[in-house]
Amino acid sequence: MTESPDVLDCRGQRCPLPVIALARRVPTVPVGAVVRVLADDPAAANDIPAWCRLRGQEFLGAVEADDATGFDVRRVI
Amino acid sequence: MPLLLGSGVPGRYRRVVAAQTYFDAAAGLPPHPVARQAMLAAAEDGWADPAKLYGQGRRARQLLDAAREAVAEQLGVRADEIGFCASGTAAAQAGMQGVRVARQRVGATVAHSAIEHSSVLYAAGQGPTAPVPVDRLGRVDTEAFAAAVRAPGVAVAALISASHEVGTVQPVAAVAEACAGAGVPLLVDAAQSVGRMPVPGGWSLLSASARKWGGPAGVGVLAVRKGTRWLPPWPGAEPGSLDQPGALNLPAVVGAAAALRAVCAAAPDQAARLSALVARIRDQVAATVPDVEIVGDPVGRLPHLVTFSCLYVDGEALLHALDRAGFAVSSGSSCTASTLRPSHVLEAMGVLSHGNVRVSLHPDTTEEEVDRFLDVLPGLVGRLREEAGVVGL
Repeated sequence: MTESPDVLDCRGQRCPLPVIALARRVPTVPVGAVVRVLADDPAAANDIPAWCRLRGQEFLGAVEADDATGFDVRRVI
Repeated sequence: MPLLLGSGVPGRYRRVVAAQTYFDAAAGLPPHPVARQAMLAAAEDGWADPAKLYGQGRRARQLLDAAREAVAEQLGVRADEIGFCASGTAAAQAGMQGVRVARQRVGATVAHSAIEHSSVLYAAGQGPTAPVPVDRLGRVDTEAFAAAVRAPGVAVAALISASHEVGTVQPVAAVAEACAGAGVPLLVDAAQSVGRMPVPGGWSLLSASARKWGGPAGVGVLAVRKGTRWLPPWPGAEPGSLDQPGALNLPAVVGAAAALRAVCAAAPDQAARLSALVARIRDQVAATVPDVEIVGDPVGRLPHLVTFSCLYVDGEALLHALDRAGFAVSSGSSCTASTLRPSHVLEAMGVLSHGNVRVSLHPDTTEEEVDRFLDVLPGLVGRLREEAGVVGL
């Protein structure tokens, strides 16, 4: 996958908050960088890839962690 | 706030829902005026046990037989292929369970689309399942469905006629053909289609719910075609009867049948009118609300239903804002569900699930109501985005 991505800890946040946090963070990282959203809301698994599709960013996949899932997004535009 | 302004006089739906513009027809319609009339008449005349041989019983039997004939006629089947249940949920579950029991030598697997109604999913989940994916528009993959029913051990297949959440009409005829080729009975949950648009044939079982077409709540219909291997899944069923055991709510059944006849007669005109209003909503919302995803098939869809998701907006907050503005709508967002899970339909399609709104129209929906909705929506979404600090994200 990727080396030490920028991690956004959104554990305990309900949708759409993790998606909003992601949308705020992505423009602040360089093109090509990866942001990992750590979320435990069940809607995140659906809405983060959907956001990537709507915004033209690349969804790299999900990584299971102890108490949450990490969703990796690469800024491409 | 008086919700019931009607006096029992046959009238317009708006009398019943006067406090609000009711845009949740997919959940259930207020009883059609004809249903109310028929129910009142049947309450006078059809209270006795239709199985009894005395005069009142025979009268009740006549009413029940006439209701069964009327429903059968509208569904294009024989009267002895129609059973009445306590709800659409009971009908779908009995249909599925009855085939599973009858075909247990073959297997117990239920092949179904990923976007079935939860009542069907719960019934399927009583045993092994083979879910079949849908595309981004919410249309089931016919090839994958055909492959799923050809696999060994499939007792029954289930396909919703059209999605209750996003309106996409499913390829029932093609799936029915695939099921017939594989010798697997197909159960079609037609709750959203019956009374609104024709359902293609070829199925073995069909379930529907009277409150979705303007009949009363508490009446489900299960149609089982002749030759289908089906056993009553409930104890103590009358031999040869498809009805759920126990006393039927006969006045409600009579009202349901009367409403079905009335809505089917008006269905082509209503479908054309409502479909144009839905097209207007689809176009206008996309044009006036930034960052909105209009969901479902724009063409192969139910006439009365449209769903969209507003990026960065909390679905529950939007529902309440619309409620305060006088509009009753539904949502597939997780924050509006008791389970706090997003709609499995939106998930299966891979579309945005937050900020989701489902608008479903009914025969008394007016152009003015739709226009007023389209007037207030952009401002409401904009205000919620301002409050959340997400404008321009």
